[in-house]
Amino acid sequence: MFNKDTAPVVRAENVHKVFQGKLHVLKGIDFSAMSGTVTTILGPSGSGKSTFLRCLNQLETIDAGRIYIDGCLTGYEERETASGTKLYCLTEKQVAEQRKRLGMVFQRFNLFPHKTALENVMEALLVVEKMHKDDAKDTAWAFLEQVGMGDRHNYYPAQLSGGQQQRVAIARALAMRPDIMLFDEPTSALDPELVGEVLSVMTELASSGTTMIVVTHEIGFARELSDQVVFMDDGIVIEQGSAEVLSNPENERTVRFLERVL
Amino acid sequence: MFRKKQEEIEIEGRINAVPVSHPGRIVGVLAVLLVVAVVISDLFANPNYRFDVVGEYLFNPRILSGVMWTFILTASSMVIGVVLSMVLAIMRQSDNYVLRGTSWFFIWFFRGTPVYMQLVFWGLVGVLYPKIALGIPFGPTFFEFSTAEIFTGGVAAVLGLSLNESAYMSEIVRAGFQAVDPGQAEAGKTLGMSRQQIMLRITLPQAMRIIVPPIGNETISMLKTTSLVLAVPFAADLMYVTDAIAGRTFLPIPLLIVGGIWYLSCTSVLMVIQARVERYFGKGHDSKVQVDKNANIEVTASV
Repeated sequence: MFNKDTAPVVRAENVHKVFQGKLHVLKGIDFSAMSGTVTTILGPSGSGKSTFLRCLNQLETIDAGRIYIDGCLTGYEERETASGTKLYCLTEKQVAEQRKRLGMVFQRFNLFPHKTALENVMEALLVVEKMHKDDAKDTAWAFLEQVGMGDRHNYYPAQLSGGQQQRVAIARALAMRPDIMLFDEPTSALDPELVGEVLSVMTELASSGTTMIVVTHEIGFARELSDQVVFMDDGIVIEQGSAEVLSNPENERTVRFLERVL
Repeated sequence: MFRKKQEEIEIEGRINAVPVSHPGRIVGVLAVLLVVAVVISDLFANPNYRFDVVGEYLFNPRILSGVMWTFILTASSMVIGVVLSMVLAIMRQSDNYVLRGTSWFFIWFFRGTPVYMQLVFWGLVGVLYPKIALGIPFGPTFFEFSTAEIFTGGVAAVLGLSLNESAYMSEIVRAGFQAVDPGQAEAGKTLGMSRQQIMLRITLPQAMRIIVPPIGNETISMLKTTSLVLAVPFAADLMYVTDAIAGRTFLPIPLLIVGGIWYLSCTSVLMVIQARVERYFGKGHDSKVQVDKNANIEVTASV
């Protein structure tokens, strides 16, 4: 049986991803994250960090390995047949149900440009959660307030700064009350002076006990808030451990990466 | 365009320079004005225009019913055409080879033959298939109709025009879908939205922003293409009616003017509608929106 306190909420075993049959991006990732912890994934560009994050919520299908969320296999169902265990693809509806448990924040925000900030947050509450319009509005409003965007509810994304857009995107993901929040380089597309406002929202989330997996280049954020730091390079995890790893890296490639970014 | 002069901030030493003169431009303007003057004076001087006849027939009931039919043909063909084109565009993006191939063949066929020829064909369907039966293919039949009863000239005309239109339009729709950032669909997926919800609520409204201007273009084009329905034959649209009256009265020129006036009026109405629709789907994009903190958003005209 799955035990919430001792078993990891996210568990990946030997995950492989090959693009177009030849580009081997993930070469056997083993990973786990406990509930209520913050994990940061660091590593040079092209190391497969974002791809791995996208595999977790099935934006990419994996070519080998298994990913478990809360002990449940994602994307497939394992059935015993006469010829041994066999994997069956889940239906679109089942995949959507699994995805709902993971909120995702994208590097380029991906807000819906034809909807206001409030409508962006309301959208999934209305069509996925089938919430009544007034309830959805109240809920969306509360989450916008939480990220400090309540006064901008009527703005379209194009009228907001990058930092404000990213905060709305965080509110949109949070409104679905996911078990785990995934952040895919949430500050990389921002002007330097806007990074702070997004990081402070994330810091608040981390201290409220949200399970977070963050792909980032913000070493400072990683050092202060991570319960676990994972270094990836060339499709494999080269080092992982507590935030201490950042101060005393063992792997030579980790040392070189940290020298470059610090 | 003329713009309302905006109130300017007063600054010291504002530059007020003498603009460069354009003598060539003045010559050009004079030449254009001369040609316009000649054409206008000729309109009044030349008795062959017979504006009295134009006035007499402009609001003739037969002409008005022709305008109505032209409008009905345009509207129904466009509605069916747009819906069908979206189905074709979605089929074209399908993972399934049969659906993709079918869409490709449809477009290849209906874009590759003249619309006039297609209209003639739909008019002849009754000859090809005198009876239409409803039932299970290769199995029993439930209903049977005489083709001529269902396939009236109007139905054949709308069918011909809309099938042809959908072939063109599906390429426009496809381009519109492709222009939407894939990140939009991904954002929808991560929120747990289904494929249909993403299509209807996220991708389509954004594709519409790109699709609407060419749809406006196609609608205006359709308004004029309806003049070909006499190939079916369908004898009620504006072109047919003006032609028939001209043939009877031996006054082709004033009736051409009557037809021209009505076609231009319809086109002008369509242009106004297009501008409105464009503004609707441009929401959050190209409208210059002024935001009041407390009130709703005011959209200032950007057309």
